[in-house]
Amino acid sequence: MIRVAGRPRTLLDVPTHYCPGCTHGIIHRLVAETIDALAIRERTIGVASVGCSVFIYDYLDVDFQQAAHGRAPAVATGIKRVLPDRVVFTYQGDGDLASIGAAEILHAAARGERITVIYVNNALYGMTGGQMAPTTLPGMRTTTSPEGRDVRRHGAPLRMAELLASLDGVAYAAREAVSSPARIHRARRAVEAAFRAQLDDRGLGIVELLSTCPVNWGLEPTDALAWCEAHMVPVFPLGVFKDVRRAREPVDARA
Amino acid sequence: MSRVLMKGNEAMAEAAIRAGCRAYFGYPITPQSELPEYMARHLPAAGGVFLQAESEVAAINMVYGAAGAGARVMTSTSSPGFSLMTEGLSYLVGARLPCVVVTVMRGGPGLGNIAPSQADYFQVTRGLGHGDVHAIVLAPSTVQEAVELVGLAFALAERYRLPVIVAADGLLGQMMEPVELPPALPVPQAPPWATTGAATGRRVISSIHLDPEALERHVLELVATYDLIAAREPRWEADGVEGADVAVVAYGTTARIARSAVARARARGLAVGLLRPITLWPFPIAAFASAPRRWLVAEMSSGQMVDDVRLAVEGRAPVLRYTRVGGVVPTPVELAEAIVRAARPAAVPA
Repeated sequence: MIRVAGRPRTLLDVPTHYCPGCTHGIIHRLVAETIDALAIRERTIGVASVGCSVFIYDYLDVDFQQAAHGRAPAVATGIKRVLPDRVVFTYQGDGDLASIGAAEILHAAARGERITVIYVNNALYGMTGGQMAPTTLPGMRTTTSPEGRDVRRHGAPLRMAELLASLDGVAYAAREAVSSPARIHRARRAVEAAFRAQLDDRGLGIVELLSTCPVNWGLEPTDALAWCEAHMVPVFPLGVFKDVRRAREPVDARA
Repeated sequence: MSRVLMKGNEAMAEAAIRAGCRAYFGYPITPQSELPEYMARHLPAAGGVFLQAESEVAAINMVYGAAGAGARVMTSTSSPGFSLMTEGLSYLVGARLPCVVVTVMRGGPGLGNIAPSQADYFQVTRGLGHGDVHAIVLAPSTVQEAVELVGLAFALAERYRLPVIVAADGLLGQMMEPVELPPALPVPQAPPWATTGAATGRRVISSIHLDPEALERHVLELVATYDLIAAREPRWEADGVEGADVAVVAYGTTARIARSAVARARARGLAVGLLRPITLWPFPIAAFASAPRRWLVAEMSSGQMVDDVRLAVEGRAPVLRYTRVGGVVPTPVELAEAIVRAARPAAVPA
């Protein structure tokens, strides 16, 4: 049963610093609902990353560590390795995970760290004022791609969910959006599945969530939701790319 | 106590395990790779966690996570890897997390070489990372002392809730010496501030304080801790410094060589002293209250510690220097000659 009304226990009753129309608030709620549903609040440790969501530790009632830019999967690895019976998740944006932290997420995934990664993709750097990210859409104008992203010069967007799904250590990889109630419903299921991959000791679970940034996109909140559907979803297809129900038996060179 | 013949890098690893360290994260780099190799062989058997990270950047951030989760944790590296760890060290200091970082210094700049060096003195004493960042820096000069200082490093890290750096050099890491190993300490419980799950109220480990006045308070608390450390923790060894014709100042491997060089110079009738800083930060300023006629700073860098010596001496006596760079280790003979030259009246410019 999914709770549809009332504040989740894990979501603190405080105003957030997010801009009007930003969907971080929805995603925070999905994480909080999942932590409640799985009854893991008292043994969960979150890792906040650098970006708009750095202050997530003010909004969720769990222990938190704040990581350097991009390093959240390494910090989460350190926590999980010394506290293997705890639940550890990172909450990272696209600049953090796909750009400066590409090595850390790739190797945490390759090692099959038993962590959950909530990856929020809004196609640019929100906190620093709307610069181009590795996820910026072709032709999309940002403050550092004023003529629009030129694929010949800047490359094409990185599809991290698909990329990570290709690694043996990843048990669950999905991409969803939070641009409509139906999408949010699917996203909620994906977040829970990504936590369950950790709880069942199957491997790393990652959910990429397409998010809006009305302020830096220069759009009204409702227009931003429509823009996400019209422009982001075609570039970043939604769906479950991997769902390994049992831990894969590794091939052992000694065998 | 047990006396065994061990390589410096392996002895530091064993000392860490005996000090209750149960988590190691690191990346291979010469001349310290025997340390993670030893940890890989022995730490899991001791109930600890060994993990080879994808980079020094990741390693120091794994240390951050484990330290924040309440583990007694360390990493080790050498100069180029230490540069990569300075980002993480700034965050560790900012978040007040204890850990031990061993750096086995090699020749630089850049890839440099894998020979012994002390050219990272400024980095460990002045440049640990952005912001007002300091950490205690311990500089062993024998494998035995390295063992003792690794144990001390964990105690100091936890006492002040800050990283502690053990700054060795390639010669110390690679040489074998007989060592007395201390008895094993118990593994500590996670401290109350550690993020182990919010069963009894939640904890947040962070280095961000957006409000300038809040950050100022945080930095001033750090500065108060630095002041406490500067008052309590300077360590040094002095031999015949007061009234000497020349007092040599040297640390680490260079101090061992200086000991032989001092003996040679004394045999030629000179009054020569030796002052060996054991803590590079805080620098043992009080030791420089002794008054030789001249100071001679010997180091395997282009002349870095000499700045601290000049600050400590405050112009009361001339401060000369003898340096070798690029991984060249001075011989006792050449350093003895430098002492003899320093003792001549003409050695000091008018």
